Amino acid sequence: MNKDKQLLPTYERPQYWRSLEELRGPGLVTERDSAAALADAAGLDRRELVKYLGVSFAMAGLTACTRQPTEKIVPYVRQPEEIIPGKPLFFATAMSLSGYATGLLVESHMGRPTKAEGNPLHPASLGATDAFSQAALYDLYDPDRSQSITFLDEIRAWPAFLSAIRVALEKARTKKGDGLHILTETVGSPTLGAQLLALLRDLPGARWHQWEPNNRDRVWAGAAAAFGQPVETILRVDRADVILSLDADFLACGPGHLRSVREFSARRRPRDRQKFNRLYAVESTPSVTGACADHRLPLRAWDVEAFARSVAGLVGAGSAAQAPSDFAKAVAEDLKSHRGKSLVIAGDDQPAPVQALAHAINAALGNVGQTLITTDPVPVRTESQIDSLRQLVGDMDKGLVDTLIILGGNPTFTAPADVPFAHALEKVGLRIHLGTHQDETSAHCHWHVPEAHFLESWSDARAFDGTASIVQPLIAPLYRGKTPHEILAALSDQPERTSHEIVRDYWRDKLSGDFESAWRQALHDGVIAGTAFSPKALAVWKSAPPSNASAATPETAAGSLEIRFRPDPTIYDGRFANNGWLQELPKPISKLTWDNAVMLAPQTAKRLALTNEDVVKLEYRGRSIEAPVWIQPGHVEDAATLHFGYGRTRAGQLGTRIGSNANALRTADAPAGDRGLQITKTGRTYSLATTQQHDVMEGRALVRSATLEEFERQPKFAHEIVEEPESDLTMYSSFPRQEYAWAMAIDLNACTGCNACVVACQAENNIPFVGKDQVSRGRAMHWLRVDRYYSGSPDNPTTHHQPLPCMQCENAPCELVCPVGATVHSAEGLNDMVYNRCVGTRYCGNNCPYKVRHFNFYHYSTKFRAPSMRMLANPDVTVRWRGVMEKCTYCVQRINEAKITAEKQDRRVRDGEIVTACQQACPAEAIVFGDLADSESRVVRRKASPTNYSLLGELGTRPRTTYLAEVGNPNPALAAAESKRS
Amino acid sequence: MSAENARQPDSPAPPERPPLYGLVAEFESPQDLIDAARRAREQGYQKMDAYTPYPIHELTQALALPRTKLPILVFIGGALGAGTALLMQWFATVVHYPINVGGRPLASWPSYIPITFELTVLFAAGATVLGMLGLNGLPMPYHPIFNAPRFALASRDRFFLCIEAKDPMFELEKTSRFLATLGARVVSEVDE
Amino acid sequence: MSDRRESRYVPVIQPGHTFASVTDKISSIVLSRRTPRFWVVGFGIGFALTLGMLYAIGVLFFRGIGVWGVNQPVGWGFAIVNFVWWIGIGHAGTLISAILLLLRQEWRTSINRFAEAMTLFAVAQAGLYPILHLGRPWLAYWLLPYPNTMALWPQWRSPLVWDVFAVSTYATVSLLFWYVGLIPDLATLRDRARKKTAQIIYGMLAMGWRGSAMHWHRYEMAYLLLAGIATPLVVSVHTVVSFDFTIGIIPGWHSTIFPPYFVAGAIYGGFAMVLTIAIPLRSLYHLEDFVTLRHLRNMAKILLATGLIVGYGYMIEIFMSWYSGSPYEKYMTWNRMTGPYWPAFWGLMLCNIVTPQFLWFRAIRSSPLGLWIIALIVNVGMWLERFVIVVTSLHRDFLPSSWGMYFPTKFDWMTYVGTIGFFVALFFLFIRFLPMISIFEMRTLVPEAELAPADAERKEQ
Repeated sequence: MNKDKQLLPTYERPQYWRSLEELRGPGLVTERDSAAALADAAGLDRRELVKYLGVSFAMAGLTACTRQPTEKIVPYVRQPEEIIPGKPLFFATAMSLSGYATGLLVESHMGRPTKAEGNPLHPASLGATDAFSQAALYDLYDPDRSQSITFLDEIRAWPAFLSAIRVALEKARTKKGDGLHILTETVGSPTLGAQLLALLRDLPGARWHQWEPNNRDRVWAGAAAAFGQPVETILRVDRADVILSLDADFLACGPGHLRSVREFSARRRPRDRQKFNRLYAVESTPSVTGACADHRLPLRAWDVEAFARSVAGLVGAGSAAQAPSDFAKAVAEDLKSHRGKSLVIAGDDQPAPVQALAHAINAALGNVGQTLITTDPVPVRTESQIDSLRQLVGDMDKGLVDTLIILGGNPTFTAPADVPFAHALEKVGLRIHLGTHQDETSAHCHWHVPEAHFLESWSDARAFDGTASIVQPLIAPLYRGKTPHEILAALSDQPERTSHEIVRDYWRDKLSGDFESAWRQALHDGVIAGTAFSPKALAVWKSAPPSNASAATPETAAGSLEIRFRPDPTIYDGRFANNGWLQELPKPISKLTWDNAVMLAPQTAKRLALTNEDVVKLEYRGRSIEAPVWIQPGHVEDAATLHFGYGRTRAGQLGTRIGSNANALRTADAPAGDRGLQITKTGRTYSLATTQQHDVMEGRALVRSATLEEFERQPKFAHEIVEEPESDLTMYSSFPRQEYAWAMAIDLNACTGCNACVVACQAENNIPFVGKDQVSRGRAMHWLRVDRYYSGSPDNPTTHHQPLPCMQCENAPCELVCPVGATVHSAEGLNDMVYNRCVGTRYCGNNCPYKVRHFNFYHYSTKFRAPSMRMLANPDVTVRWRGVMEKCTYCVQRINEAKITAEKQDRRVRDGEIVTACQQACPAEAIVFGDLADSESRVVRRKASPTNYSLLGELGTRPRTTYLAEVGNPNPALAAAESKRS
Repeated sequence: MSAENARQPDSPAPPERPPLYGLVAEFESPQDLIDAARRAREQGYQKMDAYTPYPIHELTQALALPRTKLPILVFIGGALGAGTALLMQWFATVVHYPINVGGRPLASWPSYIPITFELTVLFAAGATVLGMLGLNGLPMPYHPIFNAPRFALASRDRFFLCIEAKDPMFELEKTSRFLATLGARVVSEVDE
Repeated sequence: MSDRRESRYVPVIQPGHTFASVTDKISSIVLSRRTPRFWVVGFGIGFALTLGMLYAIGVLFFRGIGVWGVNQPVGWGFAIVNFVWWIGIGHAGTLISAILLLLRQEWRTSINRFAEAMTLFAVAQAGLYPILHLGRPWLAYWLLPYPNTMALWPQWRSPLVWDVFAVSTYATVSLLFWYVGLIPDLATLRDRARKKTAQIIYGMLAMGWRGSAMHWHRYEMAYLLLAGIATPLVVSVHTVVSFDFTIGIIPGWHSTIFPPYFVAGAIYGGFAMVLTIAIPLRSLYHLEDFVTLRHLRNMAKILLATGLIVGYGYMIEIFMSWYSGSPYEKYMTWNRMTGPYWPAFWGLMLCNIVTPQFLWFRAIRSSPLGLWIIALIVNVGMWLERFVIVVTSLHRDFLPSSWGMYFPTKFDWMTYVGTIGFFVALFFLFIRFLPMISIFEMRTLVPEAELAPADAERKEQ
């Protein structure tokens, strides 16, 4: 990036020259130059500038005299005074993503956060977490975080920044705020919203723009079309018997998806058939939701609208469509027979008409108010972000923007290809970027201010239903990071207010009763009682909106495909690109790591003569990029999916320059993609690292499944598939059982394959990530992996997920063959691994039929060597050395913790007192851990289920971890044609 | 031949001559040696030994060599090995560190067998070799027989019979004359 | 039938040799001053490869086992393949010395010495791998029972511990056997050496052996007993090695046929290696008089016999995988034949089953070159067998989700080739400094050793 270019003053250059350098033209940037430039930028001469600097420095100096106010944070369970070394404390806080909050309880060891769990009191979490909130801790300690305020890559002090911003502000005031623009991501924080609005009131000319690539523009537009105003639609999956997903991945992402998963899987217990729900998924890209569906119809995103129309017609919302498909008919029938108890969900990516159609159908079926609740929107503003960004870029291009303050986000990278943000940015006089990393955007800005991680900052946030939470810090900012609140405060008349004060002041008059106690309660609970939005009764016209113009546009050039842009399942819109845990986390369906790829249907790939890892040229709307191919069974034909978020150029040591940048193809008018993609083979190949190389079960009874009817005819089908030796069928007398007998039961029917458990396990057990090369060599270290199998035709297969922790076999093959007794059996049935006794023969790994043992081929744990990463490690778990075997321990550290507590209180460990990391994270409650010796325990009750079976039980390993078989609920009308459980 | 070895009585006795070890007769062929050995025994000589470049079983009878105790040693060695192995494994798994391994019984004797066998073999083999060397008194850095002229050929193609001086019937003159009659190529005195 | 005719035509030692000639010819190879050029070249190559191996091992220890191709699910790769291969090769020597001695096969005499040496050096190579393949090699001694206060014992149920005992016992006994056999010849060298240093060194090694009748008496008894002990040992060692696999539950490992056919395979590979060495040796050192066609033919026959046993083993393995009815076993076999590693499997069939069939023909049995080529092919085949057993069984076992591939790295290859070089280097040192044929046993074969009928009769009584 060319410095002197950005240093060009924004008004006409002086006629006379002041230095030889200037006469010679732009040269090396010197202190004086930049000061002069700053002066120019602020439109002052240097005398004035120095005056202001002096004043602000003096002000800054004064702050040193005042004592910093103490900021009390409140532990979740115990008083902070009683911090006991080795005893973790839990604090409630909340993590927001795209404006919606998930409540967390964060474990803190001696003042350093080490693990995030869900907050059971929080409506969007209910105690569960997703992969992102699990991995958030990694970002906190990421060694690549920006660590100091910089001006043109030179380190500056906060007061220097303050003075600079005051100068800009003074200039803006003279113009009533004209030329002052603020760019944020979606703002869900009430306090921040209030600050921004206050600023706009103060400076009417100032502008506030919102942009993030995975925005909900189309949702708001659709809601506006249907209800007359943009409203939040809250899904009540628990009330829905029949669900139709129109390209909606509502079980994996989107507001409140954790709650949706909980409610969805709660209604898929085969034993109460009445409550058993049914899910139809219509989608282009195979998704977690599609994998859970009883019927899945691959449909190009473009054709979803037509499908929605025909369904609408059939259920009496709008004119009957011509020749609806059998699938549409069956779905419509099913929906109609469940009026008020069905739910139609349109994906965020679907254009407004589809959103509106979904609402219309729901209205026609009387679902609105039943399974679909409408409230005020959670984000402070819902106007179209893409328009907002367009407008900003337009203004910048015209040179109307003197000062741009970017609060978080990385627009230079995420802006659509046809919105030349980076280019226009160069024309802004003073550019300020608040961000956690020195990223693509900060490279184009004068000032970069390190942003405080949410675990370092005071703030607040709203859940999908409006429930507000106070975000409280667990640790003082590691690198003196600042929050958006503080930056905005700097623009206000009290520049030195801390976010703590700001947030408290905002809530002071909003909390009921005595403020201090209410505040304390709010911090303690992690939610502010009674802040949920109340449902809005809205009139909604029941007929479908007229077909939109674009639907009429003719098919583009023959042989062209539809391209689909989606946020990446593991690194989201790229903000997690430098997060080792998420990079190495296998994508839920494709099982790829460390890369994105063009997903193609098997047929399409065959037609284009492409195989996995072929590098292809993607041409779309006059732009082109290159990307490797990944053949994705179940992907709709004549379409391609490319996840955006990869291709970062300034992410950090891990995330830089991997994958291909979909934003270079995305356009503003069709952010989710459109038809007109041309794919040409380059002849080159690019190796992709996947954690699972074989996708089918080879006719082995690994994941056992049946339909509801089959289950009722033959409840013990899971046992009758393979005969299993009786437990007393042995020559040996079994070892006497001790007080406890730990075991686990995993409900395959509940599991959605979302991978939250995998990251949770990684975070809890200090599992290192190994990097792409090692993954491709088959050396990934995840103790808990989620196996994914396909059955049926590759064009639309059934997807099965199977989480695989250590089975803790009672007759463990691994123990028998260890020559040094490094893995032996505990009295409570744990298959213990003694790291410091292990010499690394890998015999146990070979002899493990489940291949759940993982070996440190190199000294992977050196990843923890960076000082900040050391703080990430869980002090209760050994960090393993090179040449040592490791595996799932059922979180033995948690077991022992609970046993010690129980012993002190002279009682048995209660059921549910011990929760493994994977179990705690799981939103579907698929994993249950407990004590076999306690006949009342949940795990015993689960294992009593007729569908309970042990994997590879025929080997006589007697695994303590068992599975509950899959039971699907296909529509008899469709089952004939194509059944999910075929 | 033997005359030159016979001492001249009138010659002055050489000072400090080491005591005599015995008389050594050198033979060309194994057959001669065997015959000689047998004849010497018939004469009543006991303290004899034969030196040959390779083992000749017939000498065992000819010299009436005693049976060797080696087999007993080997048996003891083997038994010792088996005992050690079984005891060690049982002690380790049942007494010293009893722990559940793969759900197998503490005393899983079938898996003790391979090691028991190996140690039996190891100890027995050790006993064999050490026993053989020990009984033979090897290693022995010095032995008078090496003073015999041309004895180096005993490891090539010559066969030697030695009648030691401490034999009750040993008389220098008589014995050397006797040996000469056995068809020995050379008869020579060997000093200690 | 044909055997007797052959033996009549070709004696185990060419006529015209005497005690003296045998002694001089063999000992001169060691005692003669000049070192032949081919020795220098051969040793040089072996030594260079050894250095390469040392480099690879250095990298391995410094950076970790990750420099090899091993992974999940294939936790064992070249290291164990080569270990089993070398151990197998190490079987012929002791077998020839022990079993053939008990069977009174006098033709063993001229080949047992270097066969035993081969055994020792092969076992030395094999012994390297189990240590190298550890994740933390510096803790290898934890596999041994040593006195400690923390109740830290080996886990006696693990076949790897059995391996430690079996291999170390085998190495020790083979060494003893070899050394005991050497003592009389060392005495010969002591007596025939011209140089003082040689006399001293050989003298010390000979331990004052003087060929006394009483000593010979005990010596023969000891040698016989050792043979008796070593015979079951030879059989046990590869049985124990096969336990490494049979004790596992992995399809392709968990099989009762392994012990017998591993032993047969070991003898097979061992004799192939003996031939590989003997044929060039006899021509280089002009030992055709001592290592005659008779020897080559007999070894060829053993090669054929063991080859057929091994082939039977393969067939039974395939049959059982079908007969078992276990989908995992079935798939394993199918995967070996048609999976990604099919060349290894079919190559193995070609080398180990098809090639030895040529040995049915006397012409090939009697042509040293032909035999040598077949022996080389069998060596390759035996290596492939171990590769197939270790890698193809592991890379696709029970859960398809954990299936993977194994590709050796350059360090795998350097280590493997390096041990071959190390073996060659050691062998060249042996033939330069020790008699490669048992001199005193050869003496018993020359006509001079014939005794008068009278004694022969007396011997019978």
